[in-house]
Amino acid sequence: MRVMAQMAMVMNLDKCIGCHTCSVTCKQAWTNRQGTEYVWFNNVETRPGLGYPRGYEDQEVWKGGWEVTANGRLRLKAGGRLTKLLNIFSNPKMPSIQDYYEPWTYDYETLLNAPAQDTFPVARPTSLISGKHINIEWSANWDDDLGGSTEHAAKDPMLKGIEDKVKFEFEQTFMFYLPRICEHCLNPSCAASCPSGAIYKREEDGIVLVDQDRCRGWRMCVTGCPYKKVYFNHKTGKAEKCTFCYPRVEVGIPTVCAETCVGRLRYIGLMLYDADKVLEAAAVEDEHDLYEAQRSVFLDPRDPAVQREAERAGIPGDWIEAAKKSPVLKLITDYKVALPLHPEYRTMPMVWYIPPLSPVVDVIKDTGYDAEDKDNLFAAIDALRIPIEYLANLFTAGDTRPVEAVLRRLAAMRSYMRDINLGRDPQAHIAEAVGMEEEEMYEMFRLLAIAKYGDRYVIPTAHGEQAHALEELATDCPVSSFDEELLDSSGPFGEGSGRGAVTPVAVENLKMLQERAQSETLVSGGGKRGRVNLLNWDGRGMPEGLFPQRQKGVEPPSGGDSPQQPTDDRSVLEDGQARPDNVAGADGGQQR
Amino acid sequence: MSTFLWVIFPYICLATFVVGHVWRYRYDKFGWTTRSSQLYEDKLLRIGSPLFHFGILFVAVGHFMGLIVPQSWTERAGMSQELYHIVALLGGLPAGIACLVGLAILVYRRRTVGPVFRATTVNDKVMYAVLAVVIVLGMWNTIAGTLLNLGIAGDHYNYRDGVSPWFRQIFWFQPDASLMEGAPLGFQLHALLAFLLFAMWPFTRLVHVFSAPIGYFTRPYIVYRSRDERPGTATGTRAQKRGWERVP
Ligand code: HEM
Ligand code: SF4
Ligand code: SF4
Repeated sequence: MRVMAQMAMVMNLDKCIGCHTCSVTCKQAWTNRQGTEYVWFNNVETRPGLGYPRGYEDQEVWKGGWEVTANGRLRLKAGGRLTKLLNIFSNPKMPSIQDYYEPWTYDYETLLNAPAQDTFPVARPTSLISGKHINIEWSANWDDDLGGSTEHAAKDPMLKGIEDKVKFEFEQTFMFYLPRICEHCLNPSCAASCPSGAIYKREEDGIVLVDQDRCRGWRMCVTGCPYKKVYFNHKTGKAEKCTFCYPRVEVGIPTVCAETCVGRLRYIGLMLYDADKVLEAAAVEDEHDLYEAQRSVFLDPRDPAVQREAERAGIPGDWIEAAKKSPVLKLITDYKVALPLHPEYRTMPMVWYIPPLSPVVDVIKDTGYDAEDKDNLFAAIDALRIPIEYLANLFTAGDTRPVEAVLRRLAAMRSYMRDINLGRDPQAHIAEAVGMEEEEMYEMFRLLAIAKYGDRYVIPTAHGEQAHALEELATDCPVSSFDEELLDSSGPFGEGSGRGAVTPVAVENLKMLQERAQSETLVSGGGKRGRVNLLNWDGRGMPEGLFPQRQKGVEPPSGGDSPQQPTDDRSVLEDGQARPDNVAGADGGQQR
Repeated sequence: MSTFLWVIFPYICLATFVVGHVWRYRYDKFGWTTRSSQLYEDKLLRIGSPLFHFGILFVAVGHFMGLIVPQSWTERAGMSQELYHIVALLGGLPAGIACLVGLAILVYRRRTVGPVFRATTVNDKVMYAVLAVVIVLGMWNTIAGTLLNLGIAGDHYNYRDGVSPWFRQIFWFQPDASLMEGAPLGFQLHALLAFLLFAMWPFTRLVHVFSAPIGYFTRPYIVYRSRDERPGTATGTRAQKRGWERVP
């Protein structure tokens, strides 16, 4: 057994409202640069639909991921090492910019400069690739909300086998949103495809990254990834991909997409797995067994034997504790409601999904029956073959049984909770019908419906703070140690350097953001050692140290003396006005 | 003048080549890439790029044969002068033509495909110009050289008596400039411009040649790396560095 830890995510699709906030915030954070205009590390697709890039799921065309050979070995679908190198001068299976979409801007200038005239001036779209005026015909979410689906959605590769039964007529179809990021696979085919070995999986948390200094632009990874989540930056000539926001995760803060998710449907936590078993599991013959095979690779951190092995593998104690509390573990292993996206690609993806019950619920509602009644729901799950087969094509390589099991649990939870919410006696038999205890069902409800920030994101820090601190100490300018005065406050290069401040500012900033995001009360941007950190000041309350201390005998401002618990009573009291309600980028205390 | 052209200039170029690469590798690893333009266009690239690359790699092998391996070796192996040149012509000509045609397609593509042209820097253009001239001259020499050598046209000239020894001497640090003085103009220009290309090499996209990924054959498919190579960061499954063991 070789225990490794993996940062993983689960998304609850029933709660996705398709608002694209995750995509936009991610883009602002990571890909708002030249060369990555067309790149969306996080994108949200309407299903059924073609997705982004167009039709990426059809691996007979794109040749992403792995396949098993006749003798049961894994092979890259796009060909082995020799094939790769022979094709290196021009990659035969690389999506072109048209398969993504040609990014554009508008020449707003004409709006401002146009002379007075009878007709309104128009800002025409200009391609960011060719610099010419273009006709916009496709984008990263062109078929959003089934727009134009009579034309496009029928080409969805996941409709295979059921295409004749799905009608794309209004009110006769089903639809849901699928937000996607890189899967940070256990068996990443992107990394395996990279001739220079620039893509690596981090030993500590399993995040898959591209080393920008080692990437040489051979662009084989783009083909290798079946989810098409490695992108080629056409300005720098290097591959880029979702980073799982590692600078945030390392200090215990969730990814940008998760943090800003409006539906609060993303869960982040650790999974422990046995690295020795990954290849074997990825190579099982029957595609339908892949879901179970991947689950068999996971280890239960509550098992003392696993804990011992994990410790031996050097996984720190707080990581094992975090793994025990991981919401992802609960959803995948305990409640068994999360499923992997496209296990048939055999990359062992680690962003899992709770399939949506809504297609089923909607149908019952439309027919006028009680959509919260267990029997109605169960009957519908049995009867509604089309959405279920479709979901199975996405999440279980076409095997409908696991999808049905998950939907039954969700349906049972729905009707079980209805009784509680209406003040009726809870009915234990509903939970039993899907093989769960009442308490377990209630816990699952809490996690899925009303879990707090700290329960949705259980992210241990990477002990990076120590590393930086140690390094800063070790490489510190020796002169500063003579300067007793500076020792306490600042180093030779000003505040934040040298011995005076062992915590790098970036880490400090993130720590404070985290505190704010997780605290039960509204806090103002607190100061450290009386310093004011305006970067983290959100305008509410008064950071300690912003103004000099008052004279003796005068009441000190209610910033308090302790920097740890700053309050912002002032903002509540001032003019008797309510404080603005937006808690920037965080679930502040008030909605708990 | 002769000394400058055939002794000093080559050394300047080679020194730039070596030092330039070291410098670029140390200070611009991020810029060390093929700068692939496949995202913009791939139909022409699909034909042009493999033609050019396989051609030029074969030509490189040919240069190794012609310049590095002394004539005496091939003769000892029982290869006559005529036979050698016929082999060289039969091998070199197709490779050269493939390379030239490929290059023509690539240049045509660079010029006519809008996004590719937009992404073409001045650096690229100069590099392309020099590269193209070197290759064209080389082709010309192959044809003319063979004819000359076989005495079919003009005076007899065997580059393996002139250019090749001079080239090898550069690496023994005692080049004899007079060996090149006697060479036909085509050979002289080809050699000079080739050295110029070497001098430009580290500052162009051609650096990608030196990262040809041969290691791919031997490395494991999945690369694992630690979060952080800095000392004191022994977390996860990574071993602690000596002297940085954590206090239990
Ligand atoms: C040693 C093995 C080599 C490999 C693996 C290699 C690989 C590549 C790759 C992947 C590209 C990018 C093509 C694209 O997608 O746009 C490229 C472009 C290029 N390579 Fe190479 N190359 C090699 C050797 C050479 C040599 C020896 C030369 C010339 C001296 C050369 C000259 C070029 C040029 C000029 C381009 C630009 C083509 C264009 O886009 O117009 N390469 N190479
Ligand atoms: S989903 Fe991510 S880790 Fe998996 S193959 Fe694609 S880029 Fe690599
Ligand atoms: S922010 Fe959340 S709810 Fe909105 S599209 Fe993204 S995943 Fe869905």
